[in-house]
Amino acid sequence: MSDFDGAAMSRFVSTFADRLHERREELTQLDSAVGDADHGINMDRGFSAARAKLAELGEADLGTMAKTVGMTLISTVGGASGPLYGTFFLRLSTSLGERDAASTGELGAALRAALDGVQQRGKAIADDKTMVDALLPAVEAFDAASGDGIGPALAAAAQAAAAGRERITPLVARKGRASYLGERAMGHPDPGATSTTILFESLRDAVAAD
Amino acid sequence: MSDEPRVGIVVVSHSAALAAATVDLVRALANVDGGGPRLVAAGGMADGATGTDAARIADAIAAADAGRGVVVLADLGGAVLAAQLAASELIDPERRALVRVSGGPLVEGAFIAAVQAAAGDAVDAVAQAADEAGSLRKLGDAS
Repeated sequence: MSDFDGAAMSRFVSTFADRLHERREELTQLDSAVGDADHGINMDRGFSAARAKLAELGEADLGTMAKTVGMTLISTVGGASGPLYGTFFLRLSTSLGERDAASTGELGAALRAALDGVQQRGKAIADDKTMVDALLPAVEAFDAASGDGIGPALAAAAQAAAAGRERITPLVARKGRASYLGERAMGHPDPGATSTTILFESLRDAVAAD
Repeated sequence: MSDEPRVGIVVVSHSAALAAATVDLVRALANVDGGGPRLVAAGGMADGATGTDAARIADAIAAADAGRGVVVLADLGGAVLAAQLAASELIDPERRALVRVSGGPLVEGAFIAAVQAAAGDAVDAVAQAADEAGSLRKLGDAS
């Protein structure tokens, strides 16, 4: 398995955009139970725009590609997911820098930086029932499996994200609009943890498709 | 009113109409025309949709900055995150030290910030006044 390069980054963003579009209604349904019913629409709009901007950008280093995605999300998503996913990609950008390809360890460091950025921006910790509950275990699983190479590390990350999303479904939310619902949010899957799970599944499949 | 620059104020809302109307209201009530603080609205998305856009907020901060910094008021949830992203990562790095995102309420916070800024206060004092607007007792001291 080769390093994570610009073609893999393009496939990742494109795959994620496709899946957000396909699952737009599902995400909106989840968000209508606990939020303002815009997560599916906002994410679909943002990542469709990001994919188009990447196509316009053409060949570029990984940092420039990730920055293009982040800045597009900031200006097109509209809800809280804009600054959060925007920060995720801006931190990937800073960490990946001018590299044309990243090793498994470099990708892991970039994902860790992205996690730190999302936590710094949203102030969420584990069990607040947010995207962090999928993102944090995914990054930890990636690190733990990185010795096996990028494919197995991303497979472990995607599995951990999905498990994290399942794990918090029974909880009361402590951040965002869902937190106003108190116990009424119990049993509802979190929309942000769901989209983050789709992100890691897209990343896994984009790299496996190489 | 002296010609000394004032701390600027940015009003961020998911709604372009609400941000613009808040600025108009504050300008009228706080009587800050002429040499007063710059008040800039950053509401809605570029295409008119409901939401917040951190890049637009960053542009508004730059427009509001007359040299003594900017206090940003935001309405709800994602607007605060977008304002913090704009203030900490998107604006010119050398301007960041003089930008504050207030946790105060939109209308009261913007009003009090405008009054303090018009009086010539520095950015920290203006931000503190905006923050404290949240604990004002509208109904007086009766418990």
